[in-house]
Amino acid sequence: MENLLNIFVKSIFIDNMIFAYFLGMCSYLAVSKTVKTSVGLGIAVVFVLGITVPVDYLINNYLLRKGALSWLGADFATLDLSFLSFIMFIAVIASMVQLVEMVIEKFSPTLYASLGIFLPLIAVNCAILGGSLFMQERDYASVAEATSFGLGSGLGWFLAIVAIAAIREKIKYSNVPKPLRGLGITFIITGLMGIAFMSFMGIKL
Amino acid sequence: MSTVKTEREPMFSAKTKKLLIGPLSKDNPITVQVLGICSALAVTVKLEPAFVMSISVIAVTAISNLLISLLRNTIPPRIRIIVQLVVIAALVILVDQILKAYVYDVSKQLSVFVGLIITNCIIMGRLEAFAMANKPWPSFVDGIGNGLGYGIILIVVAFFRELLGSGTIWGFHVMPKAFYELGYVNNGLMILPPMALIVVGIIIWVQRSKNPDLQEEN
Repeated sequence: MENLLNIFVKSIFIDNMIFAYFLGMCSYLAVSKTVKTSVGLGIAVVFVLGITVPVDYLINNYLLRKGALSWLGADFATLDLSFLSFIMFIAVIASMVQLVEMVIEKFSPTLYASLGIFLPLIAVNCAILGGSLFMQERDYASVAEATSFGLGSGLGWFLAIVAIAAIREKIKYSNVPKPLRGLGITFIITGLMGIAFMSFMGIKL
Repeated sequence: MSTVKTEREPMFSAKTKKLLIGPLSKDNPITVQVLGICSALAVTVKLEPAFVMSISVIAVTAISNLLISLLRNTIPPRIRIIVQLVVIAALVILVDQILKAYVYDVSKQLSVFVGLIITNCIIMGRLEAFAMANKPWPSFVDGIGNGLGYGIILIVVAFFRELLGSGTIWGFHVMPKAFYELGYVNNGLMILPPMALIVVGIIIWVQRSKNPDLQEEN
């Protein structure tokens, strides 16, 4: 349990998707003009990361990695299909996004109305595929660990986009040098926030 | 004496030239179109991985643009995203295998970021915006142009980060010894991830003060 909490907190603050790895920057920059829309996108990302990372974990451990197919019989024990992981992961993500979209539409039309336009966008959000690839690289020991990693990175992303949206709403009223307005200042603020987030480095739970 | 007019455009007409040159400055995918930043910044600590990454992205954008443009009339619009993703993913797997075979060290340094070329917005963006509506040759050139535009920013950022952060260029020490004796210290901050963002911010600043028509209202 402690271990899970550790992974969770670590993926929110220390290995933050935006500030440490710059994943999902495209939608982070494009959708962070107002707090309201960025909350919507953030929730959608938490949701999808929380589902795709454990599913990809199962696929990686029972289909793709070296020796993963041994449950089929001794002949398959030496197969290594890990070169297929990119295409498998992206297929899982695209179909999961579609599925999540259908499920939400069925059970919670209000949530669907607020997330609706963002869900298809998420299939090509680098943070989602990045989550699965980091999961593969870091070799988590169980599905629970992978899930807490997925949820944690989603939450970190959520935090980052809501924070930058709030700052951008305020910065409209300040006198930024003309060539820096919009994109330029957003980059620099993100950099400064990243430096602030680095103070979490080295925390051990 | 009627001369037969050739319908075919020359290989490098003014239009295709514009496709190639445009993304390098006024239409740059990173600083103007805001595409593909995700993977751009994490690989720029040193020049070598940045260079390898740019080459990979140029190859993938160009070839996927070409393939999708060839297929554009047979792809049903409803499932086009999946088709595009499959084409891109197949190409990225090829690139990944080639990198692992020939430049293993760099491939280790790039780690997950080679895989993340799949979700690099430049590629999807160009496929959607250009290759789905244009002939193969211009699409191919457009792919190369946008890949180059991406590569240029990557290399500029990597150049400054490596020079100021570790005093080297491509692994060779270039900062003179005398500087260190006078008390010059490598700026360790440049190696850390956030400085990449700030360097890109400065590039945008310089570019937009030269091209006032790129400036935004807010």
